[in-house]
Amino acid sequence: MSSAPVVARRSAIKWTRDEFFSSPANTLLTLLVAAALAWALPKLANWALLHAVFNADAQACRAIEHAGACWGVIAEKLRAILFGRYPYALQWRPGVGLLLLAAMSFVSAVPRMWSRWLALLWIIGLLLFVALMRGGVAGLEIVPSSRWGGLPLTLLLSLFSLGVAFPLGVLLALGRRSPWPVVRSVCITYIELIRGVPLISVLFMASFMLPLLLPQGWQLDVLLRVLVGITLFSAAYLAEVVRGGLQAVPVGQLLAARAMGLRAWQVQRYIVLPQALRSVVPALMNTFIGNFKDSSLVVIVSLYELTGALTLALGGDPTWRPFYLEGYLFIAFVYWAFCFAMSRYSRWIERRLVSQPTPDRQPA
Amino acid sequence: MSEGGGMSAPRPTSASGEGPTSPRSRVAIVAWLFQALLLLALVAAIAWMVSNTLAHLRERGIHAGFDFLWQPAGFEIGESWLSYESSQPFWRAFVVGLANTVRVAVPGIVLATLLGTLIGLARLSHNLLLRALSTAYVELLRNVPLLVQLLMWYFALTELLPASSDALQLAPGVFLSKSGLSFPWWEAGAFEWPVASEITISGGASVTPEFLAVLLGLATYTAAFVAETVRAGVQSVSSGQVHAALSMGLTPRQSLRYIVMPQALRVIVPSMTNQYLNLTKNSSLAVAIGYPDLVSVANTALNQTGRAFECIAVIMAVYLLLSLLTSALMNRYNARVALRGGG
Repeated sequence: MSSAPVVARRSAIKWTRDEFFSSPANTLLTLLVAAALAWALPKLANWALLHAVFNADAQACRAIEHAGACWGVIAEKLRAILFGRYPYALQWRPGVGLLLLAAMSFVSAVPRMWSRWLALLWIIGLLLFVALMRGGVAGLEIVPSSRWGGLPLTLLLSLFSLGVAFPLGVLLALGRRSPWPVVRSVCITYIELIRGVPLISVLFMASFMLPLLLPQGWQLDVLLRVLVGITLFSAAYLAEVVRGGLQAVPVGQLLAARAMGLRAWQVQRYIVLPQALRSVVPALMNTFIGNFKDSSLVVIVSLYELTGALTLALGGDPTWRPFYLEGYLFIAFVYWAFCFAMSRYSRWIERRLVSQPTPDRQPA
Repeated sequence: MSEGGGMSAPRPTSASGEGPTSPRSRVAIVAWLFQALLLLALVAAIAWMVSNTLAHLRERGIHAGFDFLWQPAGFEIGESWLSYESSQPFWRAFVVGLANTVRVAVPGIVLATLLGTLIGLARLSHNLLLRALSTAYVELLRNVPLLVQLLMWYFALTELLPASSDALQLAPGVFLSKSGLSFPWWEAGAFEWPVASEITISGGASVTPEFLAVLLGLATYTAAFVAETVRAGVQSVSSGQVHAALSMGLTPRQSLRYIVMPQALRVIVPSMTNQYLNLTKNSSLAVAIGYPDLVSVANTALNQTGRAFECIAVIMAVYLLLSLLTSALMNRYNARVALRGGG
């Protein structure tokens, strides 16, 4: 239990004493943790940096016998890990695509840029991204989606599934609170059914069952089927998050809006949803992060996004296979960087939304 | 708005009928008409998909139905709690798979709770070192996909450990090697100790590296989420309460036991239920490293019989049941905690 009345400015000595040596138990704890760190950190530094091999030299890597990390495996396999089975000579296309997505993300992160135009920009940007990946336009050679892989595929899966799942989730959340019993029970059944089963079973369903459910001659490729699966899955989770926000809007606001003559859909659109979504920004961001991490599961139904691309790059290569761990650490770092950035951004945006008075709350 | 706004227009019940000017009957008719149409569309869509599926199955000459459950499975299962042979029927294989899921999920939940609670409390510690360390743990583990962590554990346990001929001895009678973990086990009225010889380890009980990888991966990953739950729960109790308790003469330990914990648990339990359910559902990732859990067995059965719908239906039904069961159990506990806290 942290003491609430904290002294405004503590001297360095007092700070040290408070943090580390405030009581015999605390002192013991400090010494124990410090000893553990003193034992572990040098070992880690030795392995990861001092004894590590940084250039793509398999013999040198083998010679150190895991006493140091072999980061050379990443130097050697970087493009295979980042772009999967995408044709080597054409990999500039997903590369440009990644830069495009990065630029759009940076633009969207600035609250001043938020407008209708941004949504349009994303639609155009994503279409451009798919055009780059697939080709067939502007003289670009066609690359079938079965050859797509690596980081671009991870991002494509997360972005497209979220783009469709989000409006679907909002509809489901509204439907779950509908006074119409059929609408309500359909939404509740859907949400609870999906949330009760693991994502893998939904992916199996999309991969094995979807072709059977559609008429003969309708060919959906694996990527599209998996996208449908992830989208349907995320929508149920997003619906629950949005519902939490809807419940937080006081009923009085609905009644007041109705009394002022707004139609039911106008009440939801202009009064309820803006407040509801604003209040669940952190939870929404958590769902986005979960969705990003979950995209790794598609390797189980044979799509080679970042995780799958690593398996392809190292699994079949006896020279570099012993250094799988370094490969895993590398992709773990890539995932971590994305997720950590998203969660930090969500915290920042949350503070901003709280500190800014909203236009619709200002007294008239 | 009668047609377009349908889905997105749950009108507040009190506003729709009670206003003196609102045409209640017209609204009611529109509502029922819309719902009837929705129901009709749903039934039509399902009928359409069923007829498509039947057409596909006829064309491919696949026989549908759950009768295959009573035919011999014909595949081995790497490890199991229950006795199993490949000549036994499919349903038995599914039961063995489910037992394996439970075998990894239950110890996983226990480990994740212990580790997560410790880390959650460490995040609230006075000690800066401990706080930093536990924060690093949480931020590292929950921002990397579980699948990647499981694959890493599996690689480390199967490739980086010594062979069983020179296994690591962690404690007296506890050996860790490429072929798994061996430990003493109660058998026939006495502890049987594993013995390491020149070639291998015999005696005692042992678990496979697949099991260990799934268990450790699930437990350490979920612990990060449990830690956040515990921290949020404790922080939800306002510090004024603690100060009041201390000024009334309670010791810090007593104030934690009688003031903070009963209130924190009310916040913690519902969210903990979610973490337990997540862990159970996440155990399905075992399929990626070949631990024969329910999903992995069903996947093998699917590939062997081609009965996709039936096998996926079994997975979904079992997990739905597990989810409902867990939330029912936790709801009872939750009711008890809430009652005691209120009284």
